[in-house]
Amino acid sequence: MAQNEPPKAPPVKEETTPEAHWVNLVQAVKTRKDQRAFASLFAHFAPRVKAFLMKSGADPALAEEVAQDVMATLWHKAHMFDPERASVATWIFTIARNRRIDVLRKSRRPEPEDLPWGPEHEPDQADTIALQQESEQLGKALAALPENQRVLIERAYFGEFSHSEIAAETGLPLGTIKSRIRLALERLRQEMN
Amino acid sequence: MTMKIKHHLTDELLMAYAAGSLPEAFSLVVATHVSMCDECRARLAEYEAVGGAVLEDTGTPEMDAGSLEATLRLIGEMREAEEAETAAPAPQASGLFPQPLRDYVGGDLDAVEWRSVGGKVRQAVLPTDKGAAARLLYIPAGAAMPDHGHSGMELTMVLQGAFEDADGYFGRGDVEVAGEEMEHTPVAAPGADCVCLVATDAPLKFSGFLPRMAQPFIGI
Ligand SMILES: [Zn+2]
Ligand SMILES: [Zn+2]
Repeated sequence: MAQNEPPKAPPVKEETTPEAHWVNLVQAVKTRKDQRAFASLFAHFAPRVKAFLMKSGADPALAEEVAQDVMATLWHKAHMFDPERASVATWIFTIARNRRIDVLRKSRRPEPEDLPWGPEHEPDQADTIALQQESEQLGKALAALPENQRVLIERAYFGEFSHSEIAAETGLPLGTIKSRIRLALERLRQEMN
Repeated sequence: MTMKIKHHLTDELLMAYAAGSLPEAFSLVVATHVSMCDECRARLAEYEAVGGAVLEDTGTPEMDAGSLEATLRLIGEMREAEEAETAAPAPQASGLFPQPLRDYVGGDLDAVEWRSVGGKVRQAVLPTDKGAAARLLYIPAGAAMPDHGHSGMELTMVLQGAFEDADGYFGRGDVEVAGEEMEHTPVAAPGADCVCLVATDAPLKFSGFLPRMAQPFIGI
């Protein structure tokens, strides 16, 4: 591990959104193994990953262990992060989801072939900013959904629940769940257009 | 010549794959289709973005005391293992199977270990977890699959040739999503032998007497 270097002034990158801030921190981890940047990412995302795993059915001790593991993976895979294709939260979500499949389900996850240009290309600035703004907007749109729709979306992402398992647990008919999720997704799409 | 993909994955499948809740066999079909389909790749990215928004909003329990320090130690320990695996094998330039499928087969079409399942139809079962089963099917041009219904969900993705049933014409890259309400007799189109990737989460229901006898052997 590199020594903790004094923080350099970041190159003239304006932080137009909170998302741009997280992206800069991941870049700092990637380019100069910046432990302070990592500590900031850890403070924000590690508890969220832990919560995500607990809601997916892990006990607190396992959730803690997996959250540490996910954050360590972030450090090592920082060069794979592409701010043009995903927000930092989305990228961390996919790492946590894959670890959950490994650890909780003890199963493999086939991944799509990577795009021909691979993760190493230089991201386009305009596309990156557009994606950052969309991520902010999506977060707000999700929070603004009616409670009964938002909860079902969240539970679908906590992952150990199929739609029929949500039905068994909530007592809602499967058709209602499907149409609420569909409604919620339509609303999110409208907000994004 | 590239043929345009006409039959895509459903929102429900893409969302469940993004959420990580699909059985492995279905995930294999999704990953294989997305490898060939830019439209579904973009839709998948949207569903993963919803996952990111959910993560942001999940709540923030206390981390254990010394959690950051423990993670930094873990980073040091992980480094050697990571360096050993660094260069992931570059996707091969061409071939019939996209990379995720090639990983399960151990190669392309010529590496498949086919077994006859009666007539000239051949299959190869791929190793996945118990939630659902995945197999490759080889149906000679013009031959029909036995007429069958479904007790669960069946995904059929064409890799070579084409097949047709009451729901339409399915060419390379297309996916047919069949549910319980559906009964069909897929027929391989003339011209080229049809190779499909099929995932099912429940045994199929055959309507003819002979196919039902054959079912324990076919295992579908
Ligand atoms: Zn598609
Ligand atoms: Zn079928």
